[in-house]
Amino acid sequence: MKKTGAQILCEGLIERGVEVIFGFPGGVLLPLYDTLPQYPELRHILVRHEQGAAHAADGYARATGRAGVCLATSGPGACNLVTGIANAYMDSSPVVAITGQVARPFIGKDAFQETDITGITLPITKHNYLVLETEELAQIIEEAFHIALEGRPGPVLIDIPRDVFTEEVEAEKLGITNHRYKPKTGGHTVQVEKAAKTIDSARRPIIISGRGIIISHAAQELTELSSKAQIPVTTTLLGIGSFPGSSPMNLGMLGMHGAKHANLAVNNADVIIAVGMRFDDRATARFDSFASEAKIIHIDIDPAEIGKNIACTIPIVGDARVVLREIARLIQPQTHDGWLSQIREWQEEHPLPDVEGGEELLPQYVIRKIWEVTGGDTIIVTGVGQHQMWAAQHFTCDRPGSFISAGGLGTMGFELPAAMGAKVGRPEETVWCIAGDGGFQMTIQELATIAQENIGVKVAVIDNRFLGMVRQWQEFFYDERYVATPLSGPDLMKIAEAYGISSQRVGRREEVVPAIRRAMEHPGPFIIDFIVRSEENVYPMVQPGGSLTDFVEPPSKILSLLK
Amino acid sequence: MEKHIITALVEDKPGVLNRIASLFRRRGFNIQSLAVGSSEQPGLSRMTIVVGGNSRVVEQVRKQLAKLIEVIKVSDLSGESFVSREFVLIKVKTNRETRGEIIQLAEIFRANIVDVAPDSLIAEVTGDEEKVESLIGLLRRFGIKEIARTGCLAMTRGERSGNGKHLL
Repeated sequence: MKKTGAQILCEGLIERGVEVIFGFPGGVLLPLYDTLPQYPELRHILVRHEQGAAHAADGYARATGRAGVCLATSGPGACNLVTGIANAYMDSSPVVAITGQVARPFIGKDAFQETDITGITLPITKHNYLVLETEELAQIIEEAFHIALEGRPGPVLIDIPRDVFTEEVEAEKLGITNHRYKPKTGGHTVQVEKAAKTIDSARRPIIISGRGIIISHAAQELTELSSKAQIPVTTTLLGIGSFPGSSPMNLGMLGMHGAKHANLAVNNADVIIAVGMRFDDRATARFDSFASEAKIIHIDIDPAEIGKNIACTIPIVGDARVVLREIARLIQPQTHDGWLSQIREWQEEHPLPDVEGGEELLPQYVIRKIWEVTGGDTIIVTGVGQHQMWAAQHFTCDRPGSFISAGGLGTMGFELPAAMGAKVGRPEETVWCIAGDGGFQMTIQELATIAQENIGVKVAVIDNRFLGMVRQWQEFFYDERYVATPLSGPDLMKIAEAYGISSQRVGRREEVVPAIRRAMEHPGPFIIDFIVRSEENVYPMVQPGGSLTDFVEPPSKILSLLK
Repeated sequence: MEKHIITALVEDKPGVLNRIASLFRRRGFNIQSLAVGSSEQPGLSRMTIVVGGNSRVVEQVRKQLAKLIEVIKVSDLSGESFVSREFVLIKVKTNRETRGEIIQLAEIFRANIVDVAPDSLIAEVTGDEEKVESLIGLLRRFGIKEIARTGCLAMTRGERSGNGKHLL
């Protein structure tokens, strides 16, 4: 039986378990869009900008652990995906991006809406394809999903010319061959044994847990390792949720805005077990002064991450779950009471700043209350900046996959479409999008998608009328010259009304909890505009360019030290 | 700067060279030469890449290359026993007086004269880098008009072959 390229694509997607496509049509995609109604099992969600489609696919992927799919037309449509693909690449998110391309005879002729999207996305995809033979399409789809999900996940792009969608080929011939891409999952036995011995002899051990734990479903194994040898855990930003936030063994996040006691523990440790993390500079601060006394055991499925930023003592290439289970089995049970009480002491000396505040509403208070009202039983999605750091610090995440954030790329505007994708993927979950008033406007058009599809995302805009994180740096390092950071408008209530979404503005502490409750009880999407103190800063903060324990102190603290 | 020779067995598909070149540019690795051609296996090409940098940099190069889906195997030949050769064409200025001497030099280096014109000749030479460089050095005083080099090709000696699985 003959099938068109469009049919092969749709059937390939269904075969791979795809239920939702976030897309936006265009000229070269017309044959595909015309074919979609033949496959009602594929739900198409029309976004309002292709960046929204890529972020939604990313949010969907992170919330479900399955690949998220976005679809865009050739030229501008494909280019608009780029930020979203780069974001997924940096955060190892399995996104399959499908783009239309001009018909094969027009490729290379600078045709209308032609762009070299495989060339453009070369350094930001795990792999990409330009389909030149319709007969190869089925195999390519199969491979693309395999590559996106296996090993260290990442985005894969498939660029499909218009005439491939319409060409008919014999479907029986489309044999799918075996995959060549097979990442190694079991750690090297000798290395694993060495790691276990090193952990046995550790006096001040610490685990740094990253997103790899969440991806490989290794949270249970991590808890076993931590409790068997009484090892405290600090997480990276994307590792939040990989270890229960409410556990006394969880020191919170490390890094530039990490907990001081976590940073102090890392830099004073004698053994660091770094799992599923890549020593991002925001997590380590200065590479050359990072944990100089420690033996570092680095476990990651991506060999290229090992030794890239930080030299390690014991490299282990493998799947976090497989390797941790083995290490946890080999190590001796032990206690580190002295080390833990030292860390507690640091913690008591450096508590997180107060969230209650004075007259003005504090952003941290809002985050804390969302946590209290939801009981932590929600997925949190953030963009980048101050609101992201406050969410990371003040929202206690106990479940893997419940904290979704634009980490590596630090993309403003990720939050709303990613929250939309997360909610589509996990409709039974409450999804809170924590947005800044700056980033919210970067992808605000997706409110139309949310309204049209009635996607019940709850949005908390942390509205401080500034591009807050940039303003904070201007305050600290540029003598408070607030160049291009103050924001005025728009009136988010009117915006919400225009999109047909219920909303409330909150400026006082006593209104916070009732508003959150109202949003939760409201069926469908809801926006709360929290008018918070405009010049609130994120603390703790590590001096940029400094080591993990060079903290920038708030002015009040400096004054009290001088007294 | 240290030099390392890396060989890579890659799928012979459009865009593979672009992927590899893009990787080197993006990561700031320094390619000194890159040679590519078909291998003993149909559908696979072998690349020989000379990279500058310390062993930590070269380790990253190797791992980043190995991450590319279309790269089948990467080997760093440093520390191995290997043969390396380069093929070079050199166009040298000549006249009646110098032609004889140039031909003599070429003979010593087992270079062939492949073209002779009234005021120049082309010598082809094969050898390791040292041999090629010393011939070029000797010919320089006659005036070199043009040089074309293939870049280094290399292969480990004896039993070991570059066809197996990924090193990692």
